[in-house]
Amino acid sequence: MLKIKQLKVNTDNKEILKGINLTINKNEVHVLMGPNGSGKSTLAQTLMGHPNYHVTDGEIIFEDKNLLELKSNERALSGLFLSFQYPSEVTGVSITNFLRTIYNKKNAVKLSPIKFREILQEKMSILGISQDFTSRYLNEGFSGGEKKKMEMLQMLIMEPKLAILDELDSGLDIDALKTVSEAVNYLRTTTNMSVLVITHYTRILNYIIPDFVHVIKDGVLVKSGGKELADELEQQGYAPFGE
Amino acid sequence: MGRKQVEEIDVKKAKEARSAAADINSNYKQKYGFSVKESSVFKTKLGLDKRVVKQISQMKKEPSWMLEYRLQAYEVFKKKENPLWGGDLSKIDYEKIYYYLKPTDKEGKNWEDVPDDIKNTFERLGVPQAERQHLAGIKAQFDSEIVYGSLLNELKEEGVIFMGTDEALKKYPHFFDEYFGKVIPMHDNKFSALNSAVWSGGSFVYIPKGVKVKRPLQAYFRINAVNMGQFERTLIIADEGSEAHYVEGCTAPVYSADSLHSAVVEVIVKKSARFRYTTIQNWSNDVYNLVTKRARVEEDAIMEWVDGNLGSRLTMKYPSCYLVGPRAHGEVLSIAYASKGQHQDAGAKMIHIAPDTTSKIISKSISLRGGRSSYRGMIAVTQSAQNAKSRVECDALILDAISRSDTYPVMKIDNPTATIEHEATVSKIGEEKLFYLMSRGLTQEEAMGMVVSGFIEPIVKELPLEYAVELNRLIELEMEGSVG
Repeated sequence: MLKIKQLKVNTDNKEILKGINLTINKNEVHVLMGPNGSGKSTLAQTLMGHPNYHVTDGEIIFEDKNLLELKSNERALSGLFLSFQYPSEVTGVSITNFLRTIYNKKNAVKLSPIKFREILQEKMSILGISQDFTSRYLNEGFSGGEKKKMEMLQMLIMEPKLAILDELDSGLDIDALKTVSEAVNYLRTTTNMSVLVITHYTRILNYIIPDFVHVIKDGVLVKSGGKELADELEQQGYAPFGE
Repeated sequence: MGRKQVEEIDVKKAKEARSAAADINSNYKQKYGFSVKESSVFKTKLGLDKRVVKQISQMKKEPSWMLEYRLQAYEVFKKKENPLWGGDLSKIDYEKIYYYLKPTDKEGKNWEDVPDDIKNTFERLGVPQAERQHLAGIKAQFDSEIVYGSLLNELKEEGVIFMGTDEALKKYPHFFDEYFGKVIPMHDNKFSALNSAVWSGGSFVYIPKGVKVKRPLQAYFRINAVNMGQFERTLIIADEGSEAHYVEGCTAPVYSADSLHSAVVEVIVKKSARFRYTTIQNWSNDVYNLVTKRARVEEDAIMEWVDGNLGSRLTMKYPSCYLVGPRAHGEVLSIAYASKGQHQDAGAKMIHIAPDTTSKIISKSISLRGGRSSYRGMIAVTQSAQNAKSRVECDALILDAISRSDTYPVMKIDNPTATIEHEATVSKIGEEKLFYLMSRGLTQEEAMGMVVSGFIEPIVKELPLEYAVELNRLIELEMEGSVG
């Protein structure tokens, strides 16, 4: 489903990713771990097409398409989703209207607000979000936890083929962590979604069980393995890897 | 009505409006910028002199004092220079404008009575439809004269007056003795003098004591002829304890020649009354829109100006409230939208004269494609205004590097008990925000449109539904192709 080959990425004239190779198949959960500044978020942003990250070499194939030729919105519509580490606040845009807009966009339909409300209510119940949440403006004044739930609600609405979760776990208490993980697992079961988890900590891996763990350091993947690799990291830190 | 219900209708209407828009491949030129062949029953010669002023007065068979008033105002107009602040007025050639054009002989009480091409124009603009659906009364002005008017019978029975200002001058002279030119004297500025000399049309509104008009009264101002000047004069009296909402819309054909719109609007809000005046100005980009609007707000009364400036080449307009009675409250909510070739110099004035008066100004401007928007505002607190409170919030959104936004706030505070708050922000649509929205499947234009709609939402939600929908739709259209 996703094939990254020899990917090199620059930002501010500095090479951040120095030849990444990664393949993610349908319904697999991959975890990318690494110290600060290793290029984790750069990979996430590059996959989604952030204009400040410039691909200098390599290729990304997603669902047989050359991802690098697609704009961010086209990537989204072809089934790629990024849960942001720091989602933007958009004042004046109500969550209901926003979610309905992106739902209609994704599915090329024009659902009425009443019809959409049924869908929305179902998704909200998965995350245990209360009704009054939806009349608020998108992410405006949200706590860290609320923002992450909002990201997950958008993921449930978009039903992507591959979700990239960029530090979904940061700033979440254990209950919130369980809840957002449930949303991920729900789509894994119902739609065979694939997942790329980007994280510093292994805590989230108790709830989203990985098939593969990759360690990134200085812009290259230095080691890949199964879940046991994450446990190893938890005990030893990143220092033993890649030097 | 619950909030949810409102939202539902809102979205439904928005959808309808959007699909309607798609049908006519809408843009200004097609939707508003058309014209019908000019067929006047009378038109003054090009340019302005005493004879033209006299002709206008004669056509209207006015009382002689009004002719005197006009002639005096004409002298004031001649003496006053164009203001040197605000926008560039140097290109206005007062000799290349028609000051009066009478499109038809009488005002219709039914649309059937209105000449076909005029009727068709208003139908294309959706005016009769709006009237049927949600208005208490309407006035439609075509060039210099009101061509159609209606008012619900139940309101007539309650004593509400809503008629063309010319007609009211004949029927209710006592209101004119008492109020005409009192809130905005002819000497106020060059354009109030011009309007006082050549005024024609406009609305007269009287809401009797204690009468609450639930649905809006609406006026639609349409310029049709080329090089036309439209100088409507509106006088509104909201008597003690009354409530009403007046809405006006304005559009014009797209010509390559300039037109001038210079209205004077005087509002008197009496004790404990509440009046809201909403304008959605969407003139074509060759219209100079130089308007003086002012309200006198008495004890415990509330005046609200909701002012949307989308069109015109240059708008200079600063709705004002003179807070003359204790606890009077004034409010201006304004949106300025300046695109290519446009300068919106808009703002507000709040003059606190009585004790415990309060005011609020919220101004939002959007500049794109080289457009320029300026906020120009004044808060004055006189010695007699103990404990006055005022709050100004002024937010500018600039969409690209070639556009411009300025703020010119003035404060004259002569009473130390005043509480004045002023907040101003200038923002650009950040790359992060656009990227975030695009990552959810929106195109860059759609993402920008969404940010802009959100930015003005606090004001849009105060608009009558139809206008709110229209405004959002216009903004969506404007965003198309705005990304280079």
